[in-house]
Amino acid sequence: MSQSMRRFLSRRDFLRAGAAGAAGLAGAALLSQPSIARPLAQGPGSGHTGHSPYAMEHGAAGMVGEVDNVRNGFDPMQMLVDWDYGQVSILPNGQTLREYTIVAVDKDIEIAPGVFFPAWTYNGRVPGPTIRCTEGDHIRIKFVNASVHPHTLHFHGVHPFEMDGVPGAGPGEIATGQTFTYEFDAEPFGCHLYHCHANPLKRHIHKGLYGAFIVDPKAGRPPAREFVMVMNAFDTNFDGENEVYAVNTVGHVYARRPIPAQVGELIRLYLINIVEFDPINSFHLHAEFFDYYDHGTTLEPTLRTVDTIIQAQAQRGILEFRYRWPGQYMYHAHISEFAELGWMGNFNIVQPEDFPAALAQVGMDETWDRRSTQGATVPWRVEAGS
Amino acid sequence: MSTKTQVELSKRVSGAGWLLVLAPLLLLGIILALIVTTGGGLRELAGPPVEKLTVQRVILPEPGMIQIEVINDGPQPVTVAQVQVDDAYWSFTAEPSTTLPRLGRSTFTIPYPWVAEEAHVVRLVSGLGATFDAEIAVAVESPRPSASLFLRFALVGLYVGIVPVMLGMLWYPFMRRLSNAAMNFVLSLTVGLLIFLAVSTWLDATEFAAELPAFWQGVPMVLFVSLISLGTLLALSSRRGERTPLQVSYLIALGIGLHNLGEGLAIGAAFSLGEAALGSFLVLGFTLHNITEGVAIAAPVVRVSPGLKHFVALAVLAGGPAIVGTLLGGYAFDPVLATVFLAIGIGAIVQVIWEVGKMVIRDNARAGRPAVNWISLSGVVAGVAIMYFTAFLVKF
Repeated sequence: MSQSMRRFLSRRDFLRAGAAGAAGLAGAALLSQPSIARPLAQGPGSGHTGHSPYAMEHGAAGMVGEVDNVRNGFDPMQMLVDWDYGQVSILPNGQTLREYTIVAVDKDIEIAPGVFFPAWTYNGRVPGPTIRCTEGDHIRIKFVNASVHPHTLHFHGVHPFEMDGVPGAGPGEIATGQTFTYEFDAEPFGCHLYHCHANPLKRHIHKGLYGAFIVDPKAGRPPAREFVMVMNAFDTNFDGENEVYAVNTVGHVYARRPIPAQVGELIRLYLINIVEFDPINSFHLHAEFFDYYDHGTTLEPTLRTVDTIIQAQAQRGILEFRYRWPGQYMYHAHISEFAELGWMGNFNIVQPEDFPAALAQVGMDETWDRRSTQGATVPWRVEAGS
Repeated sequence: MSTKTQVELSKRVSGAGWLLVLAPLLLLGIILALIVTTGGGLRELAGPPVEKLTVQRVILPEPGMIQIEVINDGPQPVTVAQVQVDDAYWSFTAEPSTTLPRLGRSTFTIPYPWVAEEAHVVRLVSGLGATFDAEIAVAVESPRPSASLFLRFALVGLYVGIVPVMLGMLWYPFMRRLSNAAMNFVLSLTVGLLIFLAVSTWLDATEFAAELPAFWQGVPMVLFVSLISLGTLLALSSRRGERTPLQVSYLIALGIGLHNLGEGLAIGAAFSLGEAALGSFLVLGFTLHNITEGVAIAAPVVRVSPGLKHFVALAVLAGGPAIVGTLLGGYAFDPVLATVFLAIGIGAIVQVIWEVGKMVIRDNARAGRPAVNWISLSGVVAGVAIMYFTAFLVKF
């Protein structure tokens, strides 16, 4: 049935007429189909072209194909753990200085297999580098604008007015080819973010100018396997609605490549929502409950034993949980639409002896394992008695 | 220049040279090749890519399966990277390819558990993130050719086409008893009916046309085809001089037949969309709506007796296309052909408005009435009104 036919029909308004009008009419019996087709739900394993367990078990739901991480210049699997500590030195007053260079670049990125988005990026990647430091460190970021549009760096943190990275504050918008060095002390500890605050704000955010900003508490947090997850989305046809939802940019990437972790170990997620256009986003964990630290600015959970949280844009927090049994556990936005449009992934929880195989399955190695377990800027606090 | 030299010149040209005819074409070829290979200095004018796809057809061949046929009517190749159904990415296969060259076609097959009698939207996402939607208004398994379904479709065509036309013709004996003035009213009423049909066929045709892939230039095509159809019929009639009343009846039957083909297409497509239940109500509506078509066909031959044979032939010509249309609409709908047939129908109907109009004017002249008088005018208005108000049954 063509569009034209369909519109033609709806003009004639066949569609809303309803069956009631036909009831009792002599023609009804004559014209009714012998039986109404009832589609059969496809059973497990009936996926035709699925690439993920999700696809195999859900009637071939999901995306088709793979994203070329090499061409993109970033791998969402690495993004989970690639903390950027900056160039570290000690200031005369004993304070730790972390120096970064962030360059704004316009770049086409592949956000779903075969689907390209004309992004504005920090350092050629979306999300931008995950800046990780310790509370009280001095942060110095040289921002270079190599994009054709003016941009800024606006940190969610405590800083002087002229470092706020908004139009009218300090240097305001940094023009094409210009450079500015943002400088401040990292506080408070928590799970934060930075993004461009140039106008129009909506476009500058949804085009990809954002990243995670993690400030570890001075005393550190308990040892854990850590991942950063920036929930983002892309409006590929610029109609004010997102076509692709994801964590760390690529739709359904962790469904195709489940994130390896071990039975019993503490898993800590730094979760940030930067989705534009939609009022809220959410995170739901399957088969376990977690403790939640809103904004990560406390050492005690702000919410205990939940399996679903919601976040408005720029809201973020830390999740902590452990899995008891091996399995491929799903997590996703419990806004089903987002989940089915790309914001869905799996953890591959395995016994320690199976862990190397789980790593190899997704093309990761010991370096990735080390980053995920020893990424904190503060050495793990040794608990008394442990 | 004298006429003589002109003739000689043209003779010499036709002898000497196809080369002279070909020279500009050769040069054109060279320039085109230059622009294609070197850019011809136009590189800077190259704008952002434009992607355009038109969905031709949506088929639900079996439970858990959706197929859509797509044509690329944009200026550049388009690659379909992902497919969403109801805002969910879904696996799919494309035949012959996910990349469609300009004017290329592909069929996408999506193993999606669609829900009977509910609505769905299939969205194709291109490599550049553009989206193209195909709507499924009421999901029902697409009909597969079978003897019983074929029969049912034909029966529907019979009810909306042949039956009302024949019933309308049954007023023929009554019309024969009418006075001259009353018959003038009936002929004027026929003009009114036909005016309504011309307008509604035009609207249907332009509606199809607007949705055709851009290169067809749908609306101009409707205009030109109807003008050609009208012109051809007028040229034929002026060559043979005055038409006999029976010829006029046949022309009316042809025009109405083409109109009924369009109605049949719509009904057949509605069935294949799964609206069989409401279809039965529509069928009754169309039967009522179309009953006046028989009057229009019979009116010109009131003063002659063409015989039963001709009445059967007229009814088949006017009503039969509804059967053909229903079958085509149900099984093999082609929007381009549908548009062309409707456009031909417009020309044919306008031509019979002209013919019957002439009959009314001649009749008025014989009776010493002005060409436009209250009898004729009220006839026309009554004709339009009957069609307009019976159309309430088929528009919801």
